Amino acid sequence: MTLDSKAPKGIPLAEKWKSSKFNYKLVNPANKRKYDIIVIGTGLAGASAAASCAELGYNVKTFCFQDSPRRAHSIAAQGGINAAKNYRNDGDSVYRLFYDTIKGGDYRAREANVYRLAEVSVNIIDQCVAQGVPFAREYGGLLDNRSFGGAQVSRTFYARGQTGQQLLLGAYSAMNRQIKAGMIKSYTRHEMLDVVVKDGKTVGVIVRDMVTGEISRHAGHAVLLCTGGYGNVFYLTTYARGSNATAIWRAHKKGAYFGNPCYTQIHPTCIPVSGDHQSKLTLMSESLRNDGRVWVPKAKGDKRKPEAIPENERDYYLERKYPSFGNLVPRDIASRAAKEQCDAGHGVGETGLAVYLDFADAIKRMGQKAVEAKYGNLFDMYKQITGENPYTTAMRIYPAVHYTMGGLWVDYNLMTTIPGLYALGEANFSDHGANRLGASALMQGLADGYFVLPATIGDYLADVERTAVSTNSPEFDEAEKAVRQRIDTLLNIKGKKTVHEFQRELGLIMWEYCGMARNDAGLKKGMQLIQALRDEYWKNVLVPGEAAELNQNLEKALRVADFMELGELMMRDALERRESCGGHFREEFQTPDGEALRNDDEFSYVAAWQYQTQSAADSILHKEALDYEFIKRSQRSYK
Amino acid sequence: MKLTLKVWRQKNASSNGNFETYQIDNIIEDMSFLEMMDVLNEKLTKENLQPVAFDHDCREGICGTCSMYINGKAHGPLKGVTTCQLHMRSFKDGDTIVIEPWRASAFPVLRDLIVDRTAFERIQQAGGYVSVNTGSVPDANAIPVAKAHADTAFESAACIGCGACVAACKNGSAMLFVSAKVSQYALLPQGNVERADRVLRMVAQMDAEGFGNCTNTEACEAECPKEISVSNIARLNREYLAASLSK
Repeated sequence: MTLDSKAPKGIPLAEKWKSSKFNYKLVNPANKRKYDIIVIGTGLAGASAAASCAELGYNVKTFCFQDSPRRAHSIAAQGGINAAKNYRNDGDSVYRLFYDTIKGGDYRAREANVYRLAEVSVNIIDQCVAQGVPFAREYGGLLDNRSFGGAQVSRTFYARGQTGQQLLLGAYSAMNRQIKAGMIKSYTRHEMLDVVVKDGKTVGVIVRDMVTGEISRHAGHAVLLCTGGYGNVFYLTTYARGSNATAIWRAHKKGAYFGNPCYTQIHPTCIPVSGDHQSKLTLMSESLRNDGRVWVPKAKGDKRKPEAIPENERDYYLERKYPSFGNLVPRDIASRAAKEQCDAGHGVGETGLAVYLDFADAIKRMGQKAVEAKYGNLFDMYKQITGENPYTTAMRIYPAVHYTMGGLWVDYNLMTTIPGLYALGEANFSDHGANRLGASALMQGLADGYFVLPATIGDYLADVERTAVSTNSPEFDEAEKAVRQRIDTLLNIKGKKTVHEFQRELGLIMWEYCGMARNDAGLKKGMQLIQALRDEYWKNVLVPGEAAELNQNLEKALRVADFMELGELMMRDALERRESCGGHFREEFQTPDGEALRNDDEFSYVAAWQYQTQSAADSILHKEALDYEFIKRSQRSYK
Repeated sequence: MKLTLKVWRQKNASSNGNFETYQIDNIIEDMSFLEMMDVLNEKLTKENLQPVAFDHDCREGICGTCSMYINGKAHGPLKGVTTCQLHMRSFKDGDTIVIEPWRASAFPVLRDLIVDRTAFERIQQAGGYVSVNTGSVPDANAIPVAKAHADTAFESAACIGCGACVAACKNGSAMLFVSAKVSQYALLPQGNVERADRVLRMVAQMDAEGFGNCTNTEACEAECPKEISVSNIARLNREYLAASLSK
């Protein structure tokens, strides 16, 4: 199968989306109600897509594992959302947002997709404001902006440190309106456990009711996977504890190619690990880098309190190495620089795995009140978790897994390689290349859900029979049987090690061999370790309880089983990509001063993996070449 | 530290529950309360006992999933903090901690510490939105909003929908939750068109779900992890009165 991105070619960038929208087939308004669309996951991408499709007149069913769509992990996004509004008159434009995003992604994203993202970014802000999202405003009553890592213009719209929450509640409200109107049926505490494919097309899903354990079948003409990223394969991350890869991994096993699985974002400003008991890492918004200064002591192993270290004994290494972007360099660069300092012995705190993020200068310059107004909730959170007061002593931060740029491969229309199966938001691989810029995840999730998918889905449905899909078919029988068997198998192993122990072990392997720095020998070793762990899992895992009840261990056991396979594919992908780009840093490929060394001649492609067996060694690599029609690629520099 | 935990155990919605007592050791100060519960559950699992079911997800205080009534207080002893952001440094060696689910007739227990909060969903569906379709909207800066109004609306919109207000209230009232949403839209020009209908519909649904009345004890504000102000309830009452009179 050759991969066709379906991105329009040979026309000006700014015309591509417009011309596509005109060329898409349409579904007559009276016929829309004859189509059933299933949406899995109700974060920003899922909730916005569900609401928008329902508004168009399609029948929509939504499923989420939380007890309310409002709890999806989009809610935790702090900093903001980018839009090329140029309200600040500081030289922003659609083209500049497009350019920054392509460059920030280290030239590993599709031009046409990214331009479209930049183009619809302006509509997103309009939409959210109209829904009553309380964005930050200035005294004149107009919207406020701030700057964010990787950009030199102020294009980030925000609602204090809770932008994701407010945007999600906006999309959730739009969804609620359609539930009330009878256009959406919402299933909460339900988890999708398989996709059903018949005659090469998506026809529905198998779902488990997490309260009763009941397994049910749901048919649809199209299925949208909006289930977020798969970072929890690393165990200790900024993801919600429930975030998982099961939906996309099940789809992958049914034939959807997986794009760029190795592209992981490690966020530079997280609260460091404090001990073995830790269950999650907490992110401190990148917006803190607007006013906070990152530094380490010049002397190795300096154990003095930060405020006792005089100015001339501090190394503000980001400002030193990248004078033009300073503390605002993109995430991949800031994370790697922190690791480099800690590896060289300059790390601080008890573990030596932390650097300082210092607000002393900002407090002197703006006063504590102004700092409080801007970052108050983040400072409170830091104090709550660490027991230290960041107004009087420097914060300690360290990088943590935060986002996955990889995901299911999709074409320009957001369709996976299985017709009728779509992936939106973080669940797809599409717009961020090898590194995502800050405040771009919210933008992409909402772009996909509000504006892209509602336009592209008609083009597929127009050719699909309008009769209701039946759940009465051998394909549904088989999928349901497989789900039940998997559950029974896990419950009946009755081994000695808990799911939690396996998950932690997997996470440690991933972090060690497929984390911020990767190399050939480590990745090979990591793959072997995962294979061995997976074998042990299916012999020795202990899952208490029964299938037909609320069973949180069972939920987790099903997810961890999928992570065990996905983790190995990530390593395989990282092994094959013999270059460094964005969040993927191969130690063998770096410039003399330690920056990522890309290899455009050999690796300017999207890696799309086809599933064969549960061992990633057998997976087949397909390459979608990335042609740059408009942008001239260069070595990324933030100096 | 060593702790004694008295935890509410209940197999499902139709069975009777009871307290079980557990001894737990090696708890350190930096653990979050939920991490302490993780330790308990690992211990129970290894002993072939059923772990305690509890709701949790983001573990950073924003998703509103975690609940738990700890020593008689929703989300435990600290002010303005969810259970997931409560740390064991708030307790001391030898303490006995009583852990219960939210108790309110509109929130039936599903298992152990997990309750069914879908009544909140139906209240939001009754009117918690502005009726705008995707695409048909003016430019974001076309309608200026006074900063003071935008800021107050934000403070109301910061509600995480956890249900602590209901659990804390002796009447099991959901007035703080409903008033936060009504206030957010009442304060913004975007919410103005449907203002009267919204408040009437949301309050009607709240009553239909079996939540109790507000008797102004303000326990909701005191225990709200996001410190949503009871002035929202006053605004809700004004909005409701105005809407009723205009009908």
